Amino acid sequence: MNLNATLFAQLVVFLILAWFTMKFVWPPIMKALDERASKIADGLAAADKAKSDLAHAEKKAGEELRKARESAAEFRSSAERQVAQLIEEARVEGARIVAAAREAAESEAASASQRAKEALREQVAALAVAGAERILRKEINAQAHAELLTQLKSEL
Amino acid sequence: MAAQGPNASEYIVHHLTHLNSLGEKQAKLVDWTVFHLDTLFWSVTLGLLAILILAKAASRATSGVPGRFQAAVEILVEMVESQSKSIVHGDRSFIAPLALTVFVWIFFMNAMDLLPLDLLPNIWAMIYGAAGHDPHHAYMRVVPTADLNATLGMSLGVLILCLYYSVKIKGFGGWMHELFTAPFGSHPVLYPINFAMQLIEFVAKTVSHGMRLFGNMYAGELIFMLIALMGAAWAGTFGSGLLWIGGVVAGSIWAIFHILIITLQAFIFMMLTLVYIGQAHESH
Repeated sequence: MNLNATLFAQLVVFLILAWFTMKFVWPPIMKALDERASKIADGLAAADKAKSDLAHAEKKAGEELRKARESAAEFRSSAERQVAQLIEEARVEGARIVAAAREAAESEAASASQRAKEALREQVAALAVAGAERILRKEINAQAHAELLTQLKSEL
Repeated sequence: MAAQGPNASEYIVHHLTHLNSLGEKQAKLVDWTVFHLDTLFWSVTLGLLAILILAKAASRATSGVPGRFQAAVEILVEMVESQSKSIVHGDRSFIAPLALTVFVWIFFMNAMDLLPLDLLPNIWAMIYGAAGHDPHHAYMRVVPTADLNATLGMSLGVLILCLYYSVKIKGFGGWMHELFTAPFGSHPVLYPINFAMQLIEFVAKTVSHGMRLFGNMYAGELIFMLIALMGAAWAGTFGSGLLWIGGVVAGSIWAIFHILIITLQAFIFMMLTLVYIGQAHESH
């Protein structure tokens, strides 16, 4: 344990090392630390912003979905209404066609039976005349008795 | 240890003798013409190692994701930064790096204690002998902080910085005023007493600062030597075998405990450096 000039040499070395650290070690490390701190702060801020953006977007999406659902429901109900209307129209049209066809058929049948009756009447009249001819064995003047025959025909 | 090796006292004296510029043991207690070459060599080497490691971390420092090495240095830097911030109020652009240097450098110098006690001295003895000198006079102490010159040199550096910052912060007049009026108050009768107290305070701070580190490391080194003597007692007998085992056990325990001491002493020296310089920033 002696004191000697080593002391002053150590003092100088001490100050030189401290100077070196101040000049070349401390600033870059502190700079990196500060930069990282600000990066992290920025990252956290960005994360917060992203979170609020997400919430906003979710809200917006929900609204859009609700709107879409509403308009779809509207479309569906209007389509149903339209379908019901079309069905109703078709039903009316069908009923009309059926009625017309039935009417036509009925009038056709009526006129056909009328014609058949007429023809039958003619034939019965002719048959009655022929029968009467045969019974009377004499010529009947058709023209003289036409009125009679017509009367007879209408009575049948 | 050879068969006719040194006895315990010679062994310890040999280990406690510095390699100095005289080539023999310094006769006077204080001799300003002598240098301890071993202290200078190891302290400068370890100082360069310390700042080169730090400089490497600094040159690679990025604000991105740090690697393990960078993270370790950053933890250290942040620790020093937060300590210095809480103690020194003012411009810390030199003080905080100074504290970092002090911590890392002293830690490295203290850590030399953990190397095997005879490793470097024996290597040096071989080199010294090979150079044609008497290997028995190859002195080498590898723990610079166990040399009072080294620790007082650093505490003297801290004292100079304290004086510098006192003048810088308070102005020369303000500092003089404080020297004569604190701690007892401003009265002509009290001026000499105040001044004497201030002088005692500065001397006590500086001496205790250097002595504390020196005392701890010197005592630690001495205990390693005593433990080494236990191990060296091996002579083939049962009793000496027990001593050898005791040496191994005690050496392990002391080395493990010493990990705490070297870190703690480096930390204490750094904290006191900050406290003293911080006091220079505050007016009474």
